[in-house]
Amino acid sequence: MSSPALAAPATASERKPSSVTAALAAYRVPLSILALCLLPWLLPSKALAVNVLVYGVVAVGYNLLFGYTGLLSFGHAAFFGAGAYITGIAIGQFGVPWLVAVFLGILGGGALAFIIGGLTTRTRGIYFSMVTLALAQLVYYVALQASSWTGGENGLRGFTVDKINLFGTTINFLDPINKYYVLMMFAALALWAVSRILNSPFGAAIEAIRENERRARTCGYDVEKTKLLAFTLSGLICALAGTMSALHLAFVPLDVLHYHTSGMIVMMTLLGGARSFFGPFVGALAFLLMEDVFSLWTSHWQIIVGSIFILFVLFLPRGLWGTFLEKAVR
Amino acid sequence: MDTELILMQLFSGVALGAILVITALGLSIIFGMLGVVNFAHGALFMVGAYAGLWVASLTGSFWWGLLVAPIMIGAFGMIIEFVLVRPLYGRSIDDPLLLTFGLGYVLVEAVRIIFGSDGIPFPTPPQLIGVVDLGVGFFPIYRLFVIGLVILVLLLLWLGLEKTRFGLIVRAGARDPTIMRVLGVDIGKVWLVVFGLGVGLAALGGVLAGPMRSVNPEMGSLVLAEAFVVTVIGGLGSLLGSIVAGLLVGIAISMTALFAPEMATIVMFALMAVVLLIRPQGLFGKLA
Repeated sequence: MSSPALAAPATASERKPSSVTAALAAYRVPLSILALCLLPWLLPSKALAVNVLVYGVVAVGYNLLFGYTGLLSFGHAAFFGAGAYITGIAIGQFGVPWLVAVFLGILGGGALAFIIGGLTTRTRGIYFSMVTLALAQLVYYVALQASSWTGGENGLRGFTVDKINLFGTTINFLDPINKYYVLMMFAALALWAVSRILNSPFGAAIEAIRENERRARTCGYDVEKTKLLAFTLSGLICALAGTMSALHLAFVPLDVLHYHTSGMIVMMTLLGGARSFFGPFVGALAFLLMEDVFSLWTSHWQIIVGSIFILFVLFLPRGLWGTFLEKAVR
Repeated sequence: MDTELILMQLFSGVALGAILVITALGLSIIFGMLGVVNFAHGALFMVGAYAGLWVASLTGSFWWGLLVAPIMIGAFGMIIEFVLVRPLYGRSIDDPLLLTFGLGYVLVEAVRIIFGSDGIPFPTPPQLIGVVDLGVGFFPIYRLFVIGLVILVLLLLWLGLEKTRFGLIVRAGARDPTIMRVLGVDIGKVWLVVFGLGVGLAALGGVLAGPMRSVNPEMGSLVLAEAFVVTVIGGLGSLLGSIVAGLLVGIAISMTALFAPEMATIVMFALMAVVLLIRPQGLFGKLA
């Protein structure tokens, strides 16, 4: 399996070939890894770079469901948060090695996505968004009540990872640059996985469902199973981002589970451009940069970001990256 | 456990449910007519509570707040429909949903700027303070008033929808807007009014909930989840469904609060999950 992204045919959403878009599509994984390598040197702070990494992965994972399968979930905070909490609890309360804790976080978040997906992908159309929101709020209230495990309203603390062993060497994880490049490996893995999924026959199937569910069903696809698988995969990647966030902050605030976090993921994806591979990452970068800049001026930066989001829905539904691609085609 | 306590709790469940009914009904009416799920519904509920508080403090009377705030916020809802939601008809069904979500985000922050982030106490009107003996036990007058008012509003809504010419147009328009246009009805105006009505109901729910819950910028987020749970259980677009499910959820919450307080916020979601497993279209919903 040598770099499957190279040989892959362009997906449906990148149908119109032009030199720029074709090159971007063919080398999307190496190109995004290159961009990620440069990122910490381009941004004002290293902590912001790690945040872009975390939320970039969430948005890319989320877009697998929203942009490519066409399902608007308002509950992905649950999987992001589950990944973070499970990793934190595994390290802090059970003394599990960090890498094992990361795997547990991904598996736990993925299992939760499988359960919630099993319930929600049975619902049709507009119900889906409402039910994902409601079930994710259920997870929020469970975490609030189970305070002996999760720390309740105060959040989860006490699992600082200061040194990690990787490939036989000990790395100081408190150094922001080391932290960034270690977490970047996970991000690269996630990007590769998403790219691989999109290029597979399964990737074509989910786009077929997005374009016309009835036609996909008539063609013999098991729509419910395909949706559930897409939901679970998307949840797995968001859970990975959650574990990254837990390692980065050494703290899990209860708010990661609130539907405002789900909404933020939706906003990032749309700002950058759903239905494109890079879009969500660009959106996460744009959102966090706006937060960084506007929060210097006012503590009410959310009103500016929310207004910009409304304008995007009205006038730029393809997002920053999607619009850029559109212009590049001409 | 004595029966009086259970009856009291049942009664406060009905009062809680009454507010849920009115809020979820607003959501359901807007969806039934326009096919839009209003994700700003919780935020508008909260804005309604603040508007009621503001008008009440200006005029010195709760009753003006109760009357004026829903009309004011309903008119604001019409502006929202006309300026923001209207350009999105004909696009993906997800677009109005995304837009109203962003709007909710903006409204919460705007209220924080104007009224501050801390909760504000919403005093119960002096005429409605105290308890009354109904023979089986003592019940708070304010909650009785809430139940009575909600029944009155439901009756008016039912009469308006079933017995008036405008109600006929609304019901027909929900079935087939194209035919209504062909028949020469300006369906755009109907959408405007229905959206305003739905938002006004959310605001009324907010004002009524004020003295029962604390008024703060975050109060809408739980309400949005509650309204979603009620409409999913009852069936989206079904008015009867909203009423039955709202009461069911209200009673379930307050009975759980009595027997297992730590489960009170969780029980309604569990109820929704069960309904989804057995009847994905909701109790009174029709299969698409």
